[in-house]
Amino acid sequence: MNIIKNLYNWIDERVKLEDLVNFLGKKYVPVHRNSVWYYFGGVSLFFFIIQVVTGILLLFYYKGSADLAFESIQFIMSKVQFGWLIRSIHSWAANLFILAAFIHMFSVYFEKSYRKPREITWVTGMLMFFLALGFGFSGYLLPWNELAFFATKVGTDIAGAVPLIGETLKIFLRGGEEVTGATLSRLFGFHVALLPGIFTALLTIHLLLVQRQGMSEPLRVEALKQSEKKTMPFFPNFLLRDLLLWLLILNVLAILAVFFPSELGRKADLFASAPAGIKPEWYFLFMFQTLKYIPAHLLIFEGEVVGILLFMVAGVLWLLVPFWDTKSSKGQQNRLINYLGLFAVIFIIVLTILGWIA
Amino acid sequence: MNNSSSSQKQNNRRDFLKYLLTGGLLGFASAVIYPLIAYLKPPKQREVEVSSVKVGKLSEIEKNSGRIIRFGNKPVILVRTAAGDLRAFSATCTHLDCTVQFKSDQSILWCACHNGKYDLNGRNISGPPPRPLDSFRVVIQGEEVLISKNV
Repeated sequence: MNIIKNLYNWIDERVKLEDLVNFLGKKYVPVHRNSVWYYFGGVSLFFFIIQVVTGILLLFYYKGSADLAFESIQFIMSKVQFGWLIRSIHSWAANLFILAAFIHMFSVYFEKSYRKPREITWVTGMLMFFLALGFGFSGYLLPWNELAFFATKVGTDIAGAVPLIGETLKIFLRGGEEVTGATLSRLFGFHVALLPGIFTALLTIHLLLVQRQGMSEPLRVEALKQSEKKTMPFFPNFLLRDLLLWLLILNVLAILAVFFPSELGRKADLFASAPAGIKPEWYFLFMFQTLKYIPAHLLIFEGEVVGILLFMVAGVLWLLVPFWDTKSSKGQQNRLINYLGLFAVIFIIVLTILGWIA
Repeated sequence: MNNSSSSQKQNNRRDFLKYLLTGGLLGFASAVIYPLIAYLKPPKQREVEVSSVKVGKLSEIEKNSGRIIRFGNKPVILVRTAAGDLRAFSATCTHLDCTVQFKSDQSILWCACHNGKYDLNGRNISGPPPRPLDSFRVVIQGEEVLISKNV
């Protein structure tokens, strides 16, 4: 105990930990009937940490080239001790990360926590969400199996339908006209260097803002008198609950990874036909399914282009919601936001299910 | 008396819970850490057991020359002296694992990393190498030159 105290004093003398301790001591988390949603930011963060750790571990054995990628994962799955576990956890945590981020995003949206003064927190969060989808897309190709190969073909082809920049974007993503080993090298670089770099910068801003501004209160709680508000100290009460939840999640992850390990499938063959029943990952399914319903031609436009444009417009509107929902920032009710959010949730769920059973 | 014994009981219970929680946490932590450490241990790759390697035809090996031969996954240096003798040594410098080369102008085996020198019997004659190079057997079968382990 003395050693810890001495170490603390040693650091405190140099960097003045006192301010930080005082700050943490004064940090409170609002308590109300929707407090449970506060946990999903932390849960997403935990999944991200797991992805960083297991990702680095996979890098020790993974080989990012078309000739070796598939075999190196076979090696990880069959020869390396607990290799199957590390890969399965990476794959499960990736899916659950996106699920947690979805929940976090919608809870923040419905509570209008993005309203002034938290616009930057919302925008950085949304950008991280898009990056998370990018992580999913780029990581999916890395095993270089049949499914990954065709998913990447379709995905980059969709990017190619974006007006004006589409063709350039497609060639940039593919590293050429076609999906080849060059695409693998590129997406590997995105997945392990470019995206984590940008993500970390955004995450730092996001977390600093959350600390600086504190947790947002729902409008109806904000309207209460100070004496009627209930709070809980962040340290240690909330933090310990956070940690306990993380512990539970780690167990759930382990159970999923053990009983439903990720498969590897067949090695990609650039000249084989696409297997029947091929589908994108579930978080892309609603967009994929929507594109199927749009007719090939709408007036003079190509149906696919219209669909992609609609999704892009919706994404930009969603990203910028703090700036056009001025009512919430003034503390007024804005029912339109609730209806739009509800529509988005139902749309995503219904089309995901339709895509799943199709 | 009664009071102190009940507080004693409470303390015992508290201690029991403390040990249970600490033990549980330690067990959990080791269940997480053990797979991570085991994962980092590189799996044993089957090494190809090599006992001899064909080098080529005797007539193709020039006098006063040396070359590196792949012997399993280790380099071996084959030297043909000015007199025409064939000798083979492990090419791994005994100092810090660099690969040595034949210097025809001085008739020595030289390691470029730290200027270690060996004579053409593999003996360390100058610089930091602590030991001579391990020697290999050179066998000539007809025209064919073979290198094999010195048993």
